Amino acid sequence: MTNHSHIITHHPPPETDTQIQTRWETYRLLISTNAIKTSKYNFFTFLPLNLFEQFQRIANAYFLVLLVLQVIPQISSLSWFTTVVPLILVLTVTAAKDATDDINRHRSDNQVNNRKVQVLIDRKLRSERWMDVQVGDIIKLENNQFVTADLLLLSSSEPLNLVYIETAELDGETNLKVRQALPVTGELGDDIENLANFNGEVRCEPPNNRLDRFTGTLSYGAQKYPLDNEKILLRGCTLRNTGWCFGLVLFAGQETKLMQNCGKSTFKRTSVDRLMNVLVLCIFGFLVFMCTILAVGNYIWEINKGSNFTVFLPRENDNSAGFSAFLTFWSYIIILNTVVPISLYVSVEIIRLGNSFYIDWDRKMYYSRSDTPAEARTTTLNEELGQIKYIFSDKTGTLTQNIMIFNKCSINGKSYGLPDVRGSLLQQKDAVDFSFNPLADPRFVFYDHSLVEAVKLENPEVHAFFRLLALCHTVMAEEKKGELLYQAQSPDEGALVTAARNFGFVFRSRTPDSISIVEMGKQQSYQLLAILDFNNVRKRMSVIVRSPEGKLCLYCKGADTIVYERLHQSCSKMMDVTTEHLNEFAGEGLRTLALAYRELDEDYFIQWKQRHHEASISLEDKDGKLDELYEEIEKDLLLLGATAIEDKLQDGVPHTIEQLSRADIKIWVLTGDKQETAENIGYSCNLLREEMNEVFIISGNSSEDVREELRLEEVLKSNSGASPEETSESVKLVKDEAVSGEYGLVINGHSLAFALERSMELDFLRTACLCKSVICCRVTPLQKAQVVELVKKYKQVVTLAIGDGANDVSMIKAAHIGVGISGQEGMQAVLSSDYSFAQFRFLQRLLLVHGRWSYLRMCKFLRYFFYKNFTFTFVHFWFAFFCGFSAQTVYDEWFITLYNLMYTALPVLGMSLFDQDVNDVWSFQHPELYVPGQRNLYFSRKAFFKCAIHSCYSSLVLFFIPYAALSDTVRDDGSDVADYQSFALLTQTCLLFAVSIQLGLEMSYWTAVNTFFVLGSLVMYFAVTFTMYSNGMFLFLPSAFPFIGTARNSLNQPSVWLTILLTSILCVLPVVTYRFLLTQLCPTVNDKVQKNQSLCRLVGLEETRVGRRASRRSGYAFSHAQGYGDLVTSNRFLRRPAVSLASGFPPVGRTTTGFSPMGRSAGYSPTGRPQNSKVPDVEGTSLQMFRTIADPPL
Amino acid sequence: MVKEEEDSSNRPDNTAFTQQRLPAWQPILSAGIVIPGFVLIGLAFIGIGVGLFLTSRDIQVLEMDYTGADGSSPCSVCYNLADKNCVCTMSFSIDSLIKGPVFFYYGLTNYFQNQRRYGVSRDDKQLYGDTSNFASPNSECAPYQYISNVPIVPCGSVANSMFNDTFELFKNVNGQSLPVPLDGKGIAWWTDYNVKFQNPNVTPLINAFNGTVRPPFWSKNVYELDTTDASNNGFINQDFLVWMRRAALPDFRKLYRRITDGDYSAGLPAGNYSLKIHYNYPVNGFGGKKKVVFSNVSWMGGKNEFLGIAYLVIGSLCVVMSVVMLIVYAKFKFPEDN
Repeated sequence: MTNHSHIITHHPPPETDTQIQTRWETYRLLISTNAIKTSKYNFFTFLPLNLFEQFQRIANAYFLVLLVLQVIPQISSLSWFTTVVPLILVLTVTAAKDATDDINRHRSDNQVNNRKVQVLIDRKLRSERWMDVQVGDIIKLENNQFVTADLLLLSSSEPLNLVYIETAELDGETNLKVRQALPVTGELGDDIENLANFNGEVRCEPPNNRLDRFTGTLSYGAQKYPLDNEKILLRGCTLRNTGWCFGLVLFAGQETKLMQNCGKSTFKRTSVDRLMNVLVLCIFGFLVFMCTILAVGNYIWEINKGSNFTVFLPRENDNSAGFSAFLTFWSYIIILNTVVPISLYVSVEIIRLGNSFYIDWDRKMYYSRSDTPAEARTTTLNEELGQIKYIFSDKTGTLTQNIMIFNKCSINGKSYGLPDVRGSLLQQKDAVDFSFNPLADPRFVFYDHSLVEAVKLENPEVHAFFRLLALCHTVMAEEKKGELLYQAQSPDEGALVTAARNFGFVFRSRTPDSISIVEMGKQQSYQLLAILDFNNVRKRMSVIVRSPEGKLCLYCKGADTIVYERLHQSCSKMMDVTTEHLNEFAGEGLRTLALAYRELDEDYFIQWKQRHHEASISLEDKDGKLDELYEEIEKDLLLLGATAIEDKLQDGVPHTIEQLSRADIKIWVLTGDKQETAENIGYSCNLLREEMNEVFIISGNSSEDVREELRLEEVLKSNSGASPEETSESVKLVKDEAVSGEYGLVINGHSLAFALERSMELDFLRTACLCKSVICCRVTPLQKAQVVELVKKYKQVVTLAIGDGANDVSMIKAAHIGVGISGQEGMQAVLSSDYSFAQFRFLQRLLLVHGRWSYLRMCKFLRYFFYKNFTFTFVHFWFAFFCGFSAQTVYDEWFITLYNLMYTALPVLGMSLFDQDVNDVWSFQHPELYVPGQRNLYFSRKAFFKCAIHSCYSSLVLFFIPYAALSDTVRDDGSDVADYQSFALLTQTCLLFAVSIQLGLEMSYWTAVNTFFVLGSLVMYFAVTFTMYSNGMFLFLPSAFPFIGTARNSLNQPSVWLTILLTSILCVLPVVTYRFLLTQLCPTVNDKVQKNQSLCRLVGLEETRVGRRASRRSGYAFSHAQGYGDLVTSNRFLRRPAVSLASGFPPVGRTTTGFSPMGRSAGYSPTGRPQNSKVPDVEGTSLQMFRTIADPPL
Repeated sequence: MVKEEEDSSNRPDNTAFTQQRLPAWQPILSAGIVIPGFVLIGLAFIGIGVGLFLTSRDIQVLEMDYTGADGSSPCSVCYNLADKNCVCTMSFSIDSLIKGPVFFYYGLTNYFQNQRRYGVSRDDKQLYGDTSNFASPNSECAPYQYISNVPIVPCGSVANSMFNDTFELFKNVNGQSLPVPLDGKGIAWWTDYNVKFQNPNVTPLINAFNGTVRPPFWSKNVYELDTTDASNNGFINQDFLVWMRRAALPDFRKLYRRITDGDYSAGLPAGNYSLKIHYNYPVNGFGGKKKVVFSNVSWMGGKNEFLGIAYLVIGSLCVVMSVVMLIVYAKFKFPEDN
């Protein structure tokens, strides 16, 4: 359909062999259209494929085998319908669920496949559906369109053939990236003729899933041009700020990198699942064991009694006793199959689904600001939420909002800013009025009026302080619609410059060699002579400017420790005061910077500038030479003061962390941020505390250093000497060890790389687990996953990872439970998560309420479910000894069919959907209620064993009481009541009463629904029984309803009811006694809390306020990256003023530097508001935000 | 906050159900419930137990084994069934009146009517009078399905093994044996007699059975079970019905007759009796025992002391446990502090 003049050849990279190439070629021929297919079935294949899949599940296959057994007449001890009815029900429910899932997939496939795009066909542009696009086509994309397929960029509307793309769907980063076409193709422009004549050949790598790499060559004309990732537009990106562009389709449909990345997500199983599988296998074993016993019994019976009884019961074909025993074995397999109930798996799924809906529905996990409810994206992991022991959290966007707020400052020894405004009840009207300053940012809020007074009084130090803030930075200014917007490279800088702006020192614009500011209403232009850029070793940045008056001045801001070393002796007094202030700020978890300046001598500067120029063009050791020069000029500084910036935490983070640690959950923060930043956040959200015995910092740069640092702590802590695990490598579990005192651990990425080495990982893990909290900073996404894997590998615990960005995906996938923070940048984290919600603080509700309840419910369900089925089945076992091991069922076949489906299904489902031991308020008040889940106390092998014993007891009662009560007795009119049918009816009625009462004991939360289910099931039992045993049913099908009249004839007997009463009471009395004595003698936390709850229903939550103390540590943190000084002084940023600065530069991957200057500068985007598109403009300031969402603490 | 209600399309509904705030009753096993509960249950059970025990004790039962296995029994001559029409007579005396109505049972032990293959070896459709199943009986009836390709009606082991001893009871008064009238009506369940078992709708009944053969153990055809009374003949013969209601346990008794008529409506008076037994049913092969039982009933049915004793024992246990619990509760008082 197109002019296939362009040949796309995918040649494998040299390292792969030719075989792969051939296979790929074949494959490529099959699919080269752009249609994608994520659905599994179509109309015709659904039934066979789905059934095939379903029968691959062991439970379904097992029941198929049973069904086959049941149709063999010699074996069939039960009618086929007892298996078919449940099996069909199960298959139908599952098929319905699969069908709806697949319909949704079809729908989204169709939607995507039918999007329109302009394709160059026959020298004309035609609108085609996406699915019709083929490899080799040339397509035209317009602004804000999704990229259709993986394209080679040919030309664009923008200068230099640039296009801007957003890759949020691919990697979750919302910042714009640049792609640039080859100049040779760029010349084609939008000339359709030229494009149609374009005749090139592309040779490139075969399809793969690497988003950051592409290799290939374009042969065009006589030339060959190398192609790399910079020239490729990947499917899933969005075109931004670009009028149009043309591209050549390289990979389409399934071959695109986006689709190649849609790997099968690993199927997560819960620990309860795994235990359940083990138990089911054990039960299988037990079933075989029981059947063997019964078969042996049958053999003995046949020899001793059956052979004599042949007068009345002849053996068919004179089969031997051995053969009879063999048949009996299989017959009993059929009868006793209810120990492995088919409905177990279905019920478990239903319960999980129900509990997942509760998460979706929870208004207390709904974030109104972004209109985001919580979402359970996986519906199979709920109970695991109640067993979390380790939480791995991302920092930025998860714990913090990535909004920096100029909170306090210390100027000339005087501290400004109110003490701890967080959570206090300041009103908007208390805020400083900046109306005197027409250029003030209305979103900036400050509460200390004395500072603005000082500014108005023209206090020189205060002016110098803000002048410094207005000059010493790398922020870009932009004026749009009369509004001044800042494009800050880091949110910290943005906050500082905005603060200066509001206090009357407005940074207006900059050129490479000048900075314009408005100083108290007066326009001033400073000549920018040098930027002494920031880096992580220097921990400071300086600018050298010439003021309009002609004064040369160096302004410096940086880490207090660093700046203090370079201060002039004359400020020593002020240093002491400022230090005090700094400590105070640090104690509050604020990020501090010290500010200083120095006036420079003209001659000295000229000479310095000369040397600086020489150094900057020198080829060898340029950086070293520059550093020396910087070092030389940044001395004898005069201290101006210090700033304290609040890295705004998400709401409720400290309280959540407090709650979670009270629930004995360990929280590790894994962040790409710098050590100082991470540490600061650690303090501000109570992970690290001043009162901790020690916070260890591991930052060794070699394997030996790290080992040494880890060992040191080993010595510090384990008083008992070397731990036993160390001697035997085979020990695969690291036990929790008792530690005296609280410790924290901070480890950075370099050291972590060493610590994660095989030889050291155990040391690291042991040390880390001894600490109360662990912060890993500057870690790569891979390391995040490695840390999670490490804990998963050596500790038998359930882990949860929570994060918001693309860099958290690996750890979210690695952990048992992945939680994504939704409504933030990108969707990648959410898409790969199991649960998502908008705020970190919802985590405590997810775990302490939903998780705990889910776990409790699931465990109660499993215990009860096994109990009721074992009890049901064991009665058959006892009866076998009285019926010649003939596989005679005790109950009516209809009862067997309906027992699990109708009579007991709803009550137990009701319990597992509604039960709660204590309500959510009490759950929050007593986070320690969470601990039993972590220890697997509610459902374990032991609990299972207990419930098997209990069943054994109940079944004995259920068989022998009716046995004894009925033997040799008659009705009150003398006729039969000890017949088989009456006995069956009596036993099954007793059973149903017994299990219903038992359920009543298990249930601690009787809603109307529960009551209705329990009573309704009993009523239904009688209704169904009387119907089944009625004349009408018998006349309708005489062979299917042989129990006619049994109900009428036996249930009108008082002795029968007395037997039912006796049996039911006898079944539960020991349980009640046991539980009562247990709660009296050794009450659990649950018992106590339940008791308290019942004693006082109305107790409010007491707020736990965390006191803060001044810190002795440096509060310095500055999330700034190197290299921006050069940028702002170069001309590059001026080329395209319309495009935001952020998009103009190659992105610095957050993953490598631990910080992404643009992607994460959510707090300071060019528009000056958070980039969260869902946040309405009128949101008010960040500080306001904090107060307004002071929801009641869950 | 004001705005949020407007554009909060995703906000979950605020219902008690979705927010898991359904009003509920939350009982806990507190001492205040458990201990009085145990006392109450205990006392109630003791009460019921005493009642049951006394009732059961009042029921008079006379039970006689007539298997003849031990040689001293008058029926030992018949034990091996050498004689086809063996008749033996058992004499017994009653010291005091057995209050009426008196029920006359026969009992069998070690007899596995509850064996599965025995139990399924019947054709309910045949017994319901469905003549289509006369020609081709249910395959479960095998090996009592066909005799040389002629269908058996009623087919199957249950029917084939029908108990066929018959009894006559005499009261010895002044050397004379006066027959005691035995009432065989209404000894089966009403539903069995009226619904579950039906003769084929053919008159005369015998015509329905053309082309069929009687079960091999039977000496009479099914339509000849009671030729005197059409309402007791064929499938709805009461003895047949009683037999076809198979017993739950290997030792069982089945109602044979009621003694309600005439002089005996008040019961069996004290005196000497003789029981004439037409001994046809073989039990020596499997070591079973045969017995006859004369018994009256109460509101709770036949004599069964188990239930009364069980109630007494469990009631007492409850009371004892409540005392134990009280002691435990007093000693280890549940910590009330918050």
